[in-house]
Amino acid sequence: MDNVLSRAGMYYVLLILSVLAIAVAADQVFAIQMTIVAIAICIALWFNLRGADYSAIAHGILKMPADETVYDDDPIRWGVIATMFWGLAGLLAGLFIALQLAYPVLNIEPYLNFGRVRPLHTSAVIFAFGGNALIATSFYVVQRTCRARLAFPGLARFVFWGYQLFIVLAASGYLLGATQGKEYAEPEWYTDWWLTVVWVSYLLVFVATIVKRKEPHIYVANWFYLAFILTVAMLHVVNNLDMPYSIVGSTSYPLFAGVQGALVQWWYGHNAVGFFLTAGFLAMMYYFVPKQAERPVYSYRLSIIHFWSLIFLYIWAGPHHLHYTALPDWAQTLGMVFSIILWMPSWGGMINGLMTLNGAWDKVRTDPIIRMMVMALAFYGMSTFEGPMLSIKAVNSLSHYTDWTIGHVHSGALGWNGMITFACVYFLVPRLWGKDRLFSLRMVNWHFWLATIGIVFYAASMWVAGVTQGLMWREYGLDGYLVNSFVDTVSAIHPMYVMRAFGGGLYLAGAVIMAYNIWATIAGKVREEAPMSQPDFNPAADRPAIPAAAN
Amino acid sequence: MNDHSIYETLRQLADSWGLLAMLIMFLVLTFWPFRPGAKERNHRAATAIFEDQSDGE
Repeated sequence: MDNVLSRAGMYYVLLILSVLAIAVAADQVFAIQMTIVAIAICIALWFNLRGADYSAIAHGILKMPADETVYDDDPIRWGVIATMFWGLAGLLAGLFIALQLAYPVLNIEPYLNFGRVRPLHTSAVIFAFGGNALIATSFYVVQRTCRARLAFPGLARFVFWGYQLFIVLAASGYLLGATQGKEYAEPEWYTDWWLTVVWVSYLLVFVATIVKRKEPHIYVANWFYLAFILTVAMLHVVNNLDMPYSIVGSTSYPLFAGVQGALVQWWYGHNAVGFFLTAGFLAMMYYFVPKQAERPVYSYRLSIIHFWSLIFLYIWAGPHHLHYTALPDWAQTLGMVFSIILWMPSWGGMINGLMTLNGAWDKVRTDPIIRMMVMALAFYGMSTFEGPMLSIKAVNSLSHYTDWTIGHVHSGALGWNGMITFACVYFLVPRLWGKDRLFSLRMVNWHFWLATIGIVFYAASMWVAGVTQGLMWREYGLDGYLVNSFVDTVSAIHPMYVMRAFGGGLYLAGAVIMAYNIWATIAGKVREEAPMSQPDFNPAADRPAIPAAAN
Repeated sequence: MNDHSIYETLRQLADSWGLLAMLIMFLVLTFWPFRPGAKERNHRAATAIFEDQSDGE
């Protein structure tokens, strides 16, 4: 009982503080954001008082330990649902801005213009969709591989709900115009501080679970998760060293200025790719691909080489985002060289994942989840080849600032991150909700093909658009003047923009089918359908040939 | 020590002893699983995720 009372008291104090912040807010955006915080506190308070878990309180009074014989899967179930929800929201926002670029009439001023919805899209797919998938799968994998129940269950729940509040604050802030203007680090200072609190809690839960493990060896997937959590904490804190102009205001100024600021931003930005979108998702790959294929990883040694090479190399690759800028030439070259070296460990990891299927390649035909994982690894390989190639200065002078970069990012994000996450969700849902199988495997197959064809449309149109832009921008006439104005390039690539939106639409359609499939699986439905493959067997013909002489 | 010489000192440390220390650390960590007798450990680590097929469900 004490627990409920003291918790309610804490929420009341926080509620009063947030209402005070609304009252003295220095600008309207801050007041609106604090209103969101106050509403979130009210919801938390309501759930705590109404749904007070009296058996848990009894546990506390009688000093009964939590049931250590079962895994703590509630936050993972919430995380899977949140992953689906934010995935659909983020893909829809992406389709909307793709259509805005093709049809500018869709730029709805001021809240839904391209400049505000674009960070909403990137943050929704990377941090909301990807982040929830990473938190959920990391809690699942760390418990299974350590054979120990999740440490600090209350803190784990705080991590989940606190992260959702971060997403809502960030997203609403973008639409209201609160932004630091740094790519992938747009949330303002108070949202950054909140994320820091949530992230440190996440680190504590994860490390404490590893510490109480029953398994002597820490499985390699946990190494990748831990590297992801630690490095993102470091990157986030350093890149968001800002001074707010008012403690109750929604604007801040960065500590680093000029080219130092740009280098810190892209040290952050590229490692957000390297550790959020690569290391974290590789952790998913190293657990879920072997589990789904029912074979151990091809080479455990290679996985360790993969790990240490990524850790030692990725951190230096950021300057390739600043080719031909005020950044010193040696730093640009350093970034380029490390990016090229990165190609090798990345392909080592891809080969390790693909070769896990060695001897079980028939599963690519019979199991659509394995097929999704294989496609994810193929796109991991493609984008980790394309990335080092684009980082070469000569190539970059053509590709930089063009849509080629956007195509590259999406072949990684849609192909690698999206596909591996979908596969993991399909793996997890029947297990987490105790169902025999998914609602429909044929729907997984539909999802696979819609997503794959969508990516092909997306990446191919952006290659063409990017190279077109790059060549048109650098074209000089005999008189020494540029041949094309900027708007010439825009009208030249308009058909590509329409094709890109079509590809994005296909990808979203696949995700909608997935959402229905997941919902029906959780609801306990099983679709009557022909199996994906059947043995080719004709009993009538299955008999020895009768020798002619016998007649 | 003025700003310039701090920069010079750190830069010289970074591209001499610092670089060597990082390289040695990298090589030791990378080749650790290749040490004699590690084969069995690696195999055990790779297959441990299948020992408890029910996953506690």
